[in-house]
Amino acid sequence: MNNSIALKSILTKEIQRFTRIWVQTLVPPAITISLYFVIFGSLIGSRIGEMGGFDYMSFIVPGLIMMSVITNSYSNVASSFFSAKWQRNVEEMLVAPVPNWVIVAGYVGGGMCRGILVGLIVTIVSILFVDIQLHNIWVIIATVTLTSATFALGGLINAIFAGSFDDISIIPTFILTPLTYLGGVFYSISLLPEFWQGVSQINPIVYMVNAFRYGFLGISDVSLVTAFAVIGFFIVTLFTIAMVLISKGIGLRS
Amino acid sequence: MTYALEISALAKTYKGGFQALKGIDLTVKQGDFFALLGPNGAGKSTSIGVITSLVNKTAGQVKIFGFDIDTDLEKAKSYIGLVPQEFNFSQFEPLVNILVNQAGYYGVSKPVAMQRAEKYLKQLELWDKRDEPARALSGGMKRRLMIARALMHEPQMLILDEPTAGVDIELRRSMWDFLRELNEQGITIILTTHYLEEAEMLCRNIAIIDGGEIVEDTSMKKLLAQLDVETFVFDLQPNLTVAVLTEFAEKSHSIAYRVVDDHTLEVDLNKLQNLNQVFAQLSAANIDVISMRNKSNRLEALFVSLINKKSNVTQSKPQSAVVGAN
Repeated sequence: MNNSIALKSILTKEIQRFTRIWVQTLVPPAITISLYFVIFGSLIGSRIGEMGGFDYMSFIVPGLIMMSVITNSYSNVASSFFSAKWQRNVEEMLVAPVPNWVIVAGYVGGGMCRGILVGLIVTIVSILFVDIQLHNIWVIIATVTLTSATFALGGLINAIFAGSFDDISIIPTFILTPLTYLGGVFYSISLLPEFWQGVSQINPIVYMVNAFRYGFLGISDVSLVTAFAVIGFFIVTLFTIAMVLISKGIGLRS
Repeated sequence: MTYALEISALAKTYKGGFQALKGIDLTVKQGDFFALLGPNGAGKSTSIGVITSLVNKTAGQVKIFGFDIDTDLEKAKSYIGLVPQEFNFSQFEPLVNILVNQAGYYGVSKPVAMQRAEKYLKQLELWDKRDEPARALSGGMKRRLMIARALMHEPQMLILDEPTAGVDIELRRSMWDFLRELNEQGITIILTTHYLEEAEMLCRNIAIIDGGEIVEDTSMKKLLAQLDVETFVFDLQPNLTVAVLTEFAEKSHSIAYRVVDDHTLEVDLNKLQNLNQVFAQLSAANIDVISMRNKSNRLEALFVSLINKKSNVTQSKPQSAVVGAN
């Protein structure tokens, strides 16, 4: 059995899905980011002044891009895999000799593609509002790739457990969005009181946003080594959980 | 001999305690056209679910062409093509994409998959719809799409769970021809259906499952030979009366006739009687026969009697237990 063909099939299907409905998947992040720039950048940002040695608009750009990557990687896999469960076309893969790791890699790869593509679109929109600096392109590529993989895995696990469409919106609404907003997108966590700085250390998004910001601006509230270690830990953990769930057939086989 | 399917002591108990399969044993020979029949909730779809790994079994063993699903699951899966009871493809994808992706899951390269998609879509008269999303198809077309999809990796065994449900007669017959052709090419076919005429016409061997147990597992010929009595309906010349037919029926003691109306008779024949006797009696009475047909499907009659027999046994068991307790 040629696993690379199976992987390519799942990946192609996933990419075709979100590009077929591009108005729903690729346009909204561009509009949302433009609004953020108008409100937080031009209107409010000009009154805030500098943050971390950069004007406020430049400071928030990496966080806003990362926010779009996180949201889209997660929601792509969550909605696509749950739809496949709901329409029962997930059975097409389950009856075929597709190894579980190929199913996980295919869906996660699809989520990563959407997350990274949206990240690129948001970056292009950002150029219209602010001069983007590049401090270290490799850190940017590594961070966006690993972060999209992390949240795509999270979306997959969410979809495996989900029993209704409501279940795939609960985690993004009540956990992902608060963690992202409190993850240092709009502020440096060094501005927080010491206690809340400590609390922020348990938010994984802080590490992702700061590593990404380092790639653009060369500044970070956390060390890069710690940031990549945290992201790596989450990828390994979530991948293991996803593999166990699929091999046991949780939510998939009766 | 390697069987296409070997099931031994297969049991499935769902969460909540419902025992869908109670240790069934079943074998299907390579190249067979096999019917798995049973009433709703008998365990047919659970059996197919376990064979195709959509349902986790509780106990027992399943081998597909000699490959155990516990130890060689991927190899075993590669032999099976499944046409499920319910539509289970993405409603939004074009037909060609559905087929090519499905082939890809079995490691079939895109150029080969495109050729096969064209072949099967043409054979199943769906080629004109190839670029349309699946939701645009009629019910019968969707059924044919699922058959095409199941064939994309050219499986050795095709399992069809109610493939002609909701399909009109003309289309059903063309699907039967298509399935016969596949079987003649050497593909083992396992069929579940509620149309017993379909099973009788297509299948060489049959198993009947009820309440999670196999109640009959034999060849179609042997099963039909169990039938003691068959009922035939005779359409007669139009210028008769009920009184004439009643008089004829009363005189003909050797055969049990029933007068339905002034031009229709029903006759119950057992194994020792033959139709020649009937024709001889009718001819002697100057009654002409216009046409003749079986009143009911033969397999249906047997099916009902087997299921009833089992339910009578099941019902009698608690009574025995009560008597024993007294």
